Amino acid sequence: MPPKQRAQISSTSSVPPIPKSITSTSQSTTHGKSSSTSSFSSKSNQSAQDVLIDLWNNYLNTTPQRVKLVDVFMAFLVMVGGLQFVYCVLVGNYPFNAFLSGFSATVGQFVLTASLRIQTNPENKMEFRSVSHERAFADFVFGSLILHFFCVNFIN
Amino acid sequence: MVAAALEPFMKGDTGRNTRGLLRLIILCTIAGAAVASRLFSVIRFESIIHEFDPWFNFRATKYLVQNGFYSFWDWFDDRTWHPLGRVTGGTLYPGLMVTSGIIYHILRLLSMPVDIRNICVLLAPGFSGLTAFASYLITSEMTTSPSAGLLAAAFMGITPGYISRSVAGSYDNEAIAIFLLVFTFYLWIKAVKNGSAMWGALTALFYGYMVSAWGGYVFITNLLPLHAFVLICMGRYSPRLYVSYSTWFALGTLASMQIPFVGFLPIRSSEHMSALGVFGLVQLVAFVEFVRQQVPNKQFQTLLRGLILVIFAVSMGALVLLTVSGVIAPWSGRFYSLWDTGYAKIHIPIIASVSEHQPTAWPAFFFDLNLMIWLFPAGVYLCFQQLKDEHVFVVIYAVLASYFAGVMVRLMLTLTPVVCIAAALALSSILDTYLVANNPTPKETQPNGQATGDVVKNATDYIKDSLRSTRNPVLGIYSYISKASVVGAVTTYLLLFVLHCTWVTSNAYSSPSVVLASKLPDGSQHIIDDYREAYYWLRQNTPPKAKIMSWWDYGYQIGGMADRPTLVDNNTWNNTHIATVGKAMSSREEVSYPILRQHDVDYVLIVFGGLLGYSGDDINKFLWMVRISEGIWPEEINERNYFTARGEYRVDDEATPTMRNSLMYKMSYYNYNALFPAGQAQDRVRGSKLPAEGPQLSTMEEAFTSENWIIRIYKVKDLDNVGRDHASAVAFDKGNKKKKTAKRRGARALRVE
Repeated sequence: MPPKQRAQISSTSSVPPIPKSITSTSQSTTHGKSSSTSSFSSKSNQSAQDVLIDLWNNYLNTTPQRVKLVDVFMAFLVMVGGLQFVYCVLVGNYPFNAFLSGFSATVGQFVLTASLRIQTNPENKMEFRSVSHERAFADFVFGSLILHFFCVNFIN
Repeated sequence: MVAAALEPFMKGDTGRNTRGLLRLIILCTIAGAAVASRLFSVIRFESIIHEFDPWFNFRATKYLVQNGFYSFWDWFDDRTWHPLGRVTGGTLYPGLMVTSGIIYHILRLLSMPVDIRNICVLLAPGFSGLTAFASYLITSEMTTSPSAGLLAAAFMGITPGYISRSVAGSYDNEAIAIFLLVFTFYLWIKAVKNGSAMWGALTALFYGYMVSAWGGYVFITNLLPLHAFVLICMGRYSPRLYVSYSTWFALGTLASMQIPFVGFLPIRSSEHMSALGVFGLVQLVAFVEFVRQQVPNKQFQTLLRGLILVIFAVSMGALVLLTVSGVIAPWSGRFYSLWDTGYAKIHIPIIASVSEHQPTAWPAFFFDLNLMIWLFPAGVYLCFQQLKDEHVFVVIYAVLASYFAGVMVRLMLTLTPVVCIAAALALSSILDTYLVANNPTPKETQPNGQATGDVVKNATDYIKDSLRSTRNPVLGIYSYISKASVVGAVTTYLLLFVLHCTWVTSNAYSSPSVVLASKLPDGSQHIIDDYREAYYWLRQNTPPKAKIMSWWDYGYQIGGMADRPTLVDNNTWNNTHIATVGKAMSSREEVSYPILRQHDVDYVLIVFGGLLGYSGDDINKFLWMVRISEGIWPEEINERNYFTARGEYRVDDEATPTMRNSLMYKMSYYNYNALFPAGQAQDRVRGSKLPAEGPQLSTMEEAFTSENWIIRIYKVKDLDNVGRDHASAVAFDKGNKKKKTAKRRGARALRVE
């Protein structure tokens, strides 16, 4: 077990120069969305735009490829969830069960993926001493199975 | 996985296996004791379902076992709430019935055909053993001293506060819910500690099970978010918290929505909003943490300011919008009464009328928890000393549960687990301090437990760390006298505790309340079995479709034991229907009779304790009927009219005309005079002499009166053949046939014997 784990960590951290740390939560999209809104509110502040650009560049530079893939998946989930929500607001929530299970499937999957991303982040090694990467992935699968079982059961 | 499950057993440095085995044996013994102490009622009476609600659960379980799961799920019950019926499958918590159904089928599979009734009777004791085990697990998470876990298990096993709802035969939701409550908390603490999604998912699963079992799941729904919220406020946000809380919330909310009775409540009602809010908060905090690590500090502040503004504006707007448009349901009445104890009495008499919804009297705390009630604060204090994430949980739990237990008697049940945990922490730290420090060697190693057979963390360990003056390694209690005296005192207390628990269980909590016991002058036991006698009479002598009207307390029992349709029962989902019954009971005959006809009532059943001195009878509950019906028909029923001019509630000569003309009064005392010499009739519950002339009934006739007059059943007369009203018909009969009434009286006197 241990050697394998170490190999994996080194593989993830050996990706290009790391000026700043890779970090806990992902939510690349959420961050994109809310940062765009926040730029409206703090328009008076000159540096806000620079900060955002910095943030974006920093993210692009430091995040390993594999984590970016996870982030894209999460972005997709946010998009699907958002679409469902907009549909619900515009058209109506008639099959409410269906809407709810669809929406909570995306939310749940997003949260589980975020958890997976946090747990496998080498930064958080100290926090998750009992959780190896394989274990984190197994947990992820376990949680997703339960989630989708409930969703299918609830969808009517 | 297996290793992780066994891990709590294997703490300690010497004789790993021996200790593990010993601990397992102790736990099994505790579980055995927990089961055994709940069997008083079975031994003393018989294997019978107790009280009121369990009768419905029992009936539903029988239905489940006979008709299968799907028809149980879609069950529409036309034999209750006549003529409305009840969508039973969608308005109950199915966890309990499904659990016993599964046990029933497993036993059948093992070719051990056990009667479903016995499974139902013994389910609660069985689960109490599991509860003891769960409290061992949760306490072991709190401290390194496993003796605390064993003590907590023992406390949980025998404390009257828990036994009160889990004796054999008390087949109620709480029977399995307390186990689920404690176990869910254990899984949650495990999840927060490890930050593992698996423990979070397991928490969600057991939370779902809990939701399916008991309405008290709202307690978990609010306690876990509160814990997370307090941790965030303390600046203790960690990725572990994110993982555990998000996993629990996302899965747990979905799981809770699977139960038809709960349905969309988790996103609609205010009780669940805190969980949702904290979920959003956790996401935000996680996101902010993420951003903070991405950008330099200075820039981060600018960003944070903007973010906070936007989020504040958006969430306020959403809240106002949702509240105005009424998407979020207002708080339910039972919930209001938790905050304002006077609320229920004014607005919802039906909630206030239930005795277990009354505020707790202070002796009840001592009665139910005994010595633990004074160990409890000490244990909470010890939690403050260490104050890791899991200790914060215990502190919050203790504060909340104490408050709720003070508001409602019934919620003593949720307080009991945390009291057991805290008391075990306090006691084990005393025992550790006095028992374990055995060698004043300069080098402070983990000393080994001896006499009790427990491995214990040396309590001097943290004392040593906390104070400089105590860094001196030769600190501790080493003289045998002090050790012996303290340990002796603690042992005495514990033995007294066991005595108290056994006494309380045997005397207060083991009565089935369907069967009453009394002592004859010679000390032998006398069983008063009026309830079953009357219900059996109904079952044998009335057509299966005969509608029985009674006050709602007895609805479930009539459904379960007599198997006859009822008008109202303990489900109390329709206040108006109950008020209708209340109105029929508290009005004059001329008003009541049309109501009875409209509802197809064939028989009216009342409980009367006047002959025996049984105080839980309908005359004593009568004021609640009046109040509840006054809530719907204030112009027809007025509570004041039932009191005398001096504000007394009387049944004797001075009773008000309204009282004496009410159907309930008439039915209770009809022909009661015949039992006594003229003018001597006496009501033993209210200790008053009754009027010389008993009440006359014209619209119904007495059908059955049980041996001790506890249950009286009246048959509603059909319309008169000749078209007269009943009063004149009776008067006519009287005028012509005095002999016949005399004969009837004679016959009834025989039945009384």
